[in-house]
Amino acid sequence: MNFNLAPNESSTLTMEKPKAERSTWSEFLVESSIRVVGFSTIGFVVLIFLFLLREGLPIFYEVSPGNIFGTRWYPTFDIFGSLPLILGSAYVTVASILIALPLGVCTAVFVREVAPQWTREILKPLIEVLAGIPSVVLGFFGMHVIAPLVRTNLDAPTGLTAFTGALLLAYMSLPTIISVAEDALDAVPKSYRDAALAMGATKWQTIWRIVVPAARSGIATAVMLGMGRAIGETMAVMMVTGNAARMPLSFNSLFMPVRTMTATIAAEMGEVASGSVHYHALFGIGIMLFILTFFINLVAAKAIFKKRYRGGLR
Amino acid sequence: MNRSHVQKIGFVFLTLCAIAVVAPILVVIGIVFIEGVRVMSWEFISAVPHEGMKEGGIFPAIVGTLLLTLGTAICAIPVGVGGSVYLAEYAKDNWMTRAIRLAIVNLAGIPSIVYGLFGLGMFVLFMHMGTSIIAGVLTLAIMTLPVIISTSEEALRSVPTEFRTVSASLGGTRWQGIRNIVLPQALPGIITGIILGLLRAAGETAPILFTVAAFYLPRLPQSPFDQVMALPYHLYVISTQVPGMPLSVQYGTALVLLILVLSMNFVATIIRSYFRRRRQW
Repeated sequence: MNFNLAPNESSTLTMEKPKAERSTWSEFLVESSIRVVGFSTIGFVVLIFLFLLREGLPIFYEVSPGNIFGTRWYPTFDIFGSLPLILGSAYVTVASILIALPLGVCTAVFVREVAPQWTREILKPLIEVLAGIPSVVLGFFGMHVIAPLVRTNLDAPTGLTAFTGALLLAYMSLPTIISVAEDALDAVPKSYRDAALAMGATKWQTIWRIVVPAARSGIATAVMLGMGRAIGETMAVMMVTGNAARMPLSFNSLFMPVRTMTATIAAEMGEVASGSVHYHALFGIGIMLFILTFFINLVAAKAIFKKRYRGGLR
Repeated sequence: MNRSHVQKIGFVFLTLCAIAVVAPILVVIGIVFIEGVRVMSWEFISAVPHEGMKEGGIFPAIVGTLLLTLGTAICAIPVGVGGSVYLAEYAKDNWMTRAIRLAIVNLAGIPSIVYGLFGLGMFVLFMHMGTSIIAGVLTLAIMTLPVIISTSEEALRSVPTEFRTVSASLGGTRWQGIRNIVLPQALPGIITGIILGLLRAAGETAPILFTVAAFYLPRLPQSPFDQVMALPYHLYVISTQVPGMPLSVQYGTALVLLILVLSMNFVATIIRSYFRRRRQW
């Protein structure tokens, strides 16, 4: 690494820099520590992964693969089938995206293309407030207000179902989806809209046949990031999904309790002895979650970087 | 039905979507406020819980959350702002910088419960900090970093290049330019980013489950190696783990947490809009 005092980066600064360097030791120190801090983020990701591996890897040789990827999760009997948990997470996440995607994209289109200025100025801070509400408060609200509504309206034995969780998750991922989708719509050049309008298209036709298709890769990124948010959400999901570890395989499972990977870790880690097989199994689930979100974010990041390089023109 | 009718109906539909997104937010805040305000009293926010947490107040939990937020600020701000200065002012466009950006995107995407596992594995067990404020603070600080870095970087990048070139043309070194010109100009944006990051830390439960949170601890912490109660965890505990908990106490706790978080959010919004209007470039 180049810790030189006069780094010859390709910025305009170097060109106008006077020959006589007046940097001091303290300046060198500050600049070096800024560099170290800049690189530290990579270190944190590596550290997190290493510690997950350290505590979680043993489960993959303590227990047979057939057991780990089995269909039953009964840790007290040393049965660690993680499939119901993985499917539970996937089920709730997909259901939440099915709710959040249309709602989020329509709201983003409304905010960006249709709404008058004053409406925008009310909507945007409110959506930010939603992003700030702690998940435990939403979970609490879900338990006491939404779950009873779900139970009475669907005539189900309990209101703590996959559907209740998906509904909460949809709202929790909406701020992410809306803001990323908005950026994507914003990046569509004005000339596209002008051309469509000049051809005699209505505003509505312009939006749905020109602007939204042009922004589709950004909208896909929005969905990916929303999914990442939904898979990783813990507290709200744990409080409203009922936490029954069974395989959600049919449409009806939507209105039955499920259990997600995150909820399992949160609910059981407090009661296990560190170093036990169960402890390793919970860290093993953590490894799976880490890898899953890593790849989701990798795909989303690719799209974000691409946008930056092309200057928003697609 | 002609095109303009389609457009009218379409716009009404979009408006309804936006209402469907926003209305529940107001309903949640409204219900928590109406139900929670009943139990609100000086005693509720200043007294220690007793009678199995059913009576008394939530003072230790409030102090705990404030302490955790403060500690997170102390740990995360230097690293976060330093990282953003590096990315905005020093980093070259090479594979290393791309790796850092990728790391930040991934830190932002790691589930909060995985941060909890990491904190347990590294700080609590490996570094022998035990379940303590310091272990929780470090976990929360790493979780907050990506928010602070990405918002601060955006604020630094929005300062026009001319400001830097003028500083350099007057003989200032790169660091002098950053310190005296760029950072002060970007400060409102950086502060907004810091508040948004801390707000997330204040409301999170999953990362503190195994690293700090005490189920019931009716006294204030004496050292950074003590456990502490925290509002989000307390709300989780009294709403799911304690049978027969009066609903009003639960709503009251939720309200205090909500007020704390929303007021931080409000301050961030005010700072941003105030300085955006005052900005001269």
